[in-house]
Amino acid sequence: MIKRSLFSSKTLPYLLILPQIVVTLTFFYWPAAQGLMQSVMRSDPFGQHSTFIWFANFTALFKDPLYLKSIATTVFFSVCVTVSSISIGLFIATMANRALKAKAVVRTALIWPYAVAPAISGILWLFLLHPSYGIVALGIKRWFGVDWNPVLRGSDAMVMIIMASAWKEISYNFVFFIAGLQAIPKSLIEAAAIDGASPFRRFWTITVPLLSPTLFFVTVMNIIYAFFDTFGVVHVMTQGGPGGATNTLVYKVYQDGFIGLNMGGSAAQSVVLMTLIIVITVIQFKYVEQKVQYTG
Amino acid sequence: MVEKTPILDTLTYVFLIAGIIIVGFPIIYAVIAATLPIEDVSRVPMPFIPGDQFWVNIREAWVRGDLGNHLLNSFIMASGITLGKIVVSLLGAFSIVYFDYRFRTVVFVSVFCTLMLPVEVRILPTYEMAANLLGPLQELWRFLHLDGIVSWIAGHEIEMTLEWSILDSYTGLIMPLIASATCTFLFRQFFLTIPEELCEAAKMDGASAMTFFRKILIPLSKTNIAALVVIEFVYGWNQYLWPLLITTKPQMMTAVIGLQHLIPAADDLPYWNVALAGSLLVMLPPVLVVLFMQRWFVKGLVEREK
Repeated sequence: MIKRSLFSSKTLPYLLILPQIVVTLTFFYWPAAQGLMQSVMRSDPFGQHSTFIWFANFTALFKDPLYLKSIATTVFFSVCVTVSSISIGLFIATMANRALKAKAVVRTALIWPYAVAPAISGILWLFLLHPSYGIVALGIKRWFGVDWNPVLRGSDAMVMIIMASAWKEISYNFVFFIAGLQAIPKSLIEAAAIDGASPFRRFWTITVPLLSPTLFFVTVMNIIYAFFDTFGVVHVMTQGGPGGATNTLVYKVYQDGFIGLNMGGSAAQSVVLMTLIIVITVIQFKYVEQKVQYTG
Repeated sequence: MVEKTPILDTLTYVFLIAGIIIVGFPIIYAVIAATLPIEDVSRVPMPFIPGDQFWVNIREAWVRGDLGNHLLNSFIMASGITLGKIVVSLLGAFSIVYFDYRFRTVVFVSVFCTLMLPVEVRILPTYEMAANLLGPLQELWRFLHLDGIVSWIAGHEIEMTLEWSILDSYTGLIMPLIASATCTFLFRQFFLTIPEELCEAAKMDGASAMTFFRKILIPLSKTNIAALVVIEFVYGWNQYLWPLLITTKPQMMTAVIGLQHLIPAADDLPYWNVALAGSLLVMLPPVLVVLFMQRWFVKGLVEREK
């Protein structure tokens, strides 16, 4: 789209767009192209020679049990983070929307975890879930009778990074849900109430369907967050351990590329992630165009 | 509400308060821990009454974590990213919306391809790029065999190496993170909603393109700019992976990365009070920005959806 009334100049528009182009070319297109190239090459550890090997890096990657495990880990982790932070966020937002008087106060009380860095959220929860000093760990041990030890047991470590990642995302979801809830016309709710629908019935048959565009958007953003922005959480809390139990895909790219110095493998992993995020974006745009809505 | 439901209303407030306490608990607990001496913080369970060691712990964290220096680095990085992104994207969006030129569509498409790809998925090549910004020129040089030509002209063997590394520098911390089209996209969307008449009127009054940009477009975009300032500042301050990769010198580290050295290791004395005091200090700037600019921030965040 473009305006009808335009300015005309031969050089000015190019000058204006130049900084954007320069930055995009140097830090986006060139690295992306390099990544694509490295992903089909095998280079020796000193970077002296590289040979073209077609898709061998990719086939090796998808045959690697560690990589397949990392995929499963990441999917499980993202689903847990997304489901828990969305349901808690939606629950609190619904409550806040009912509490008409305290809305502004509640929003202020809930919004700030958004500003906490994932890594710092990791530190806070590392203390809360510390096997010997943590209060939440103590509670888990007492109430569930399990021997909580995230340093040694993979499932405990997984619970730990899920808690730290989901906690931070609750406030983000809350902001969207409260905005979405406020946009639902009061008259619809009132009409249903006059027809005798209970508050719970109204929630499931009116609020949730009308909230579906927000819900969809928030789900996509949460998945992206869980996949890519939780690097800090993993790095601070578990470094991918114990035994690779929390080795998410982004963490693995870092580990293989910067610590293992496996350029080709790391590049192939980057390409897989790029493809993944492109697919997510395309799906999102498609559905945003169609506007997910109440249909039946 | 529609009908009177006293039980449900009470429950609403009970759940709401419970929710706020659960969400706030990690911070409340961290604040208490940060006020205790080490003997208390390592007791199980830790006492819930705040102690008087807050400033002692803060000072300890400040000195041990070199926070003064790291906070300054974080501040420069976050402001640089914010300022850079907003300036670059305002100019870019203006060019795309208000001008018609031959490569406009090409430019538009190529810029918006970058919309969703975060630094996390292209870390290794971006790192190589930062290690030598002139890498692409070097490749071109080699491709054209300019070495040979130069040697032939000069009459003796010459080897050219072009190198310009931005590792361990503010430029390196800031520039790669500016390369994202999210802000440009938002400004474009906003510019498209501005009435045509404004531009026509400005042109009729003899305003040049840049005058229109400065005197009309920028003032109209004030709320959007404010919202993006909050979002990008928080984004920049909280960056983790990129600063971790490109800073090796301790004095170039950012605050969020530096905190890692305060976490007590398994066989250290459990100085969690110091680690948490440091964490509180480092999270304070973005939290304050979000709280004080809440209105614009919420608007900007929700606007991103469209």
